[in-house]
Amino acid sequence: MADAAVDKGWATLLRRNGDEVVARWSEAAAQSLEGRMTRAELERDVREMYDALVAGVGEGDRHTLADASFAELRALLADVSHTRARQGFSSTETAVGVFALKEAMLGVLEEHGDLAAYRSFADFSRLIDELGLYMLEVYAQAREAVIGEQADALLELSTPVVKLWDGIISLPLVGTLDSARTQVVMEKLLQALVDTGSEHAIIDITGVPAVDTQVAQHLLKTVQAARLLGAECIISGIRPQIAQTVVALGIEFGDISTKASLSEALLAALRKQGTDVVRRTGRRDR
Amino acid sequence: MPTPVVVESGEIHEIHTDADVVRVRQAARTLALSAKLSLVDQTKLVTAASELARNTLVYGGGGRATVEVVRLGPRRGVRAVFVDEGPGIPDLDLALTDGWTSGSGMGLGLSGARRLVDEFEVSTDVGTGTTVSVVKWTR
Amino acid sequence: MDRVPILKIGDILLVSIQVDLQDHIALALQEDLGDKIVATSARGVLIDISALEIVDSFIGRMLSTIASISRVLDAETVVVGMRPAVAITLVELGLSLGGVRTALDVDRGMAMLAASTEVRDDELEPDEHGAIDTVSAPGD
Repeated sequence: MADAAVDKGWATLLRRNGDEVVARWSEAAAQSLEGRMTRAELERDVREMYDALVAGVGEGDRHTLADASFAELRALLADVSHTRARQGFSSTETAVGVFALKEAMLGVLEEHGDLAAYRSFADFSRLIDELGLYMLEVYAQAREAVIGEQADALLELSTPVVKLWDGIISLPLVGTLDSARTQVVMEKLLQALVDTGSEHAIIDITGVPAVDTQVAQHLLKTVQAARLLGAECIISGIRPQIAQTVVALGIEFGDISTKASLSEALLAALRKQGTDVVRRTGRRDR
Repeated sequence: MPTPVVVESGEIHEIHTDADVVRVRQAARTLALSAKLSLVDQTKLVTAASELARNTLVYGGGGRATVEVVRLGPRRGVRAVFVDEGPGIPDLDLALTDGWTSGSGMGLGLSGARRLVDEFEVSTDVGTGTTVSVVKWTR
Repeated sequence: MDRVPILKIGDILLVSIQVDLQDHIALALQEDLGDKIVATSARGVLIDISALEIVDSFIGRMLSTIASISRVLDAETVVVGMRPAVAITLVELGLSLGGVRTALDVDRGMAMLAASTEVRDDELEPDEHGAIDTVSAPGD
């Protein structure tokens, strides 16, 4: 306010015509957000953004979002983008809220502006573009986070532990094993061992496309952890090509027992457990 | 622009006895629970805190631990910082090697703790002391 | 002061760790167990850690040492009831508790000790030597 006589740019215009800007801004934003949120919600958001913007704008017309005075505005925009991303708004619907301010300002300019204000509109426009881009950036991050959570949920679903026999459980692995997935797999398997009181686990990797050093490392860790609980693991479903890569990479499975097929692994586990499998003769050939 | 780490809550514990090491463990567990770390991540953090608190006591001649819940954007985590004014670590690389020990442990304290957390920083000066800072984030 | 109680069941010593162990209590337990194995001529030691929320390198070392000490004194050690999260953490920490036998719970640990005791008795039972397994515990 001090330099009101000198400063006739957009910042002054924005500050002086608060209610009108907010009204026009809400109006413009509502056109694209119709039905997605109530008018009251929208107006509240717009009012908050307006207050934060005005609070951050000091003297003069040249500002960038990186200015320290805009910290509150940045936090607010990030917050709004987050909420929108979680609520399933599209990126356009998220950014349009800010871009609508340009239209609102043009309206205000026509009513009250002079040449100086018009000239400063380029600066204003640049700042608003920055706000929009910033929102989009945060929006993208938030969407990534949502996707990550869904991937986690999928992970939970895709790792079933099945009971094969009293005291023997099996974990059929399908897909690529990375470190995040292995942790989930490990936890599930170990918990299942404890819950079912099983002393044998068969990790079947028929559905794992490739075994590299890292995957092997993860498998070894799982087996070691199971041993600490007092259970033994057998790794089954090792296809010939996988056996070849394992050897070529020089991976040592140490004293961990491996079997080519799940059925052989089951048989081995049954034997260790002291259960004999006997085929009755004479009854099958009738 | 990088988002700053926000400290939500925290506590400071002096480490001068065995019992203090247990107290740091319990503080780490309580905060890990409130930061909603998964059970395995809680266990990893508490174990790392236990190793580092013991280091502070045994090698640093006592000191203090700050345990806090931190937030970085949408993620929360627990940060534990251990400070002592002990003799410092003359060869940090060596101290971070598996199996190396200057005391009675298995030589897994520092290197083992590093594997259990997401962020690990040591600053040490011979004669002035050692500061170890670790963070475990929610996934 | 506070020590971890050691229970004798037949020729087995049972230790159930129910508190967050301070280092000196862990060391005391290690000594007490050695003394008790000798005093009772126990054949096996069962350590239940199902209540432990963490096992760090210190406790890990205690378990390994107990196993080694009892082996020297001709007793088997079985650690039972480790929680999955603890096992995962130990592996990540780089500790595999070499030389320590493990079982899912106390029942299975007992069975494991009974089985290995039997095996040893079988080895020692050639007829010409007569009875060898009369264990007489020294007076309390």
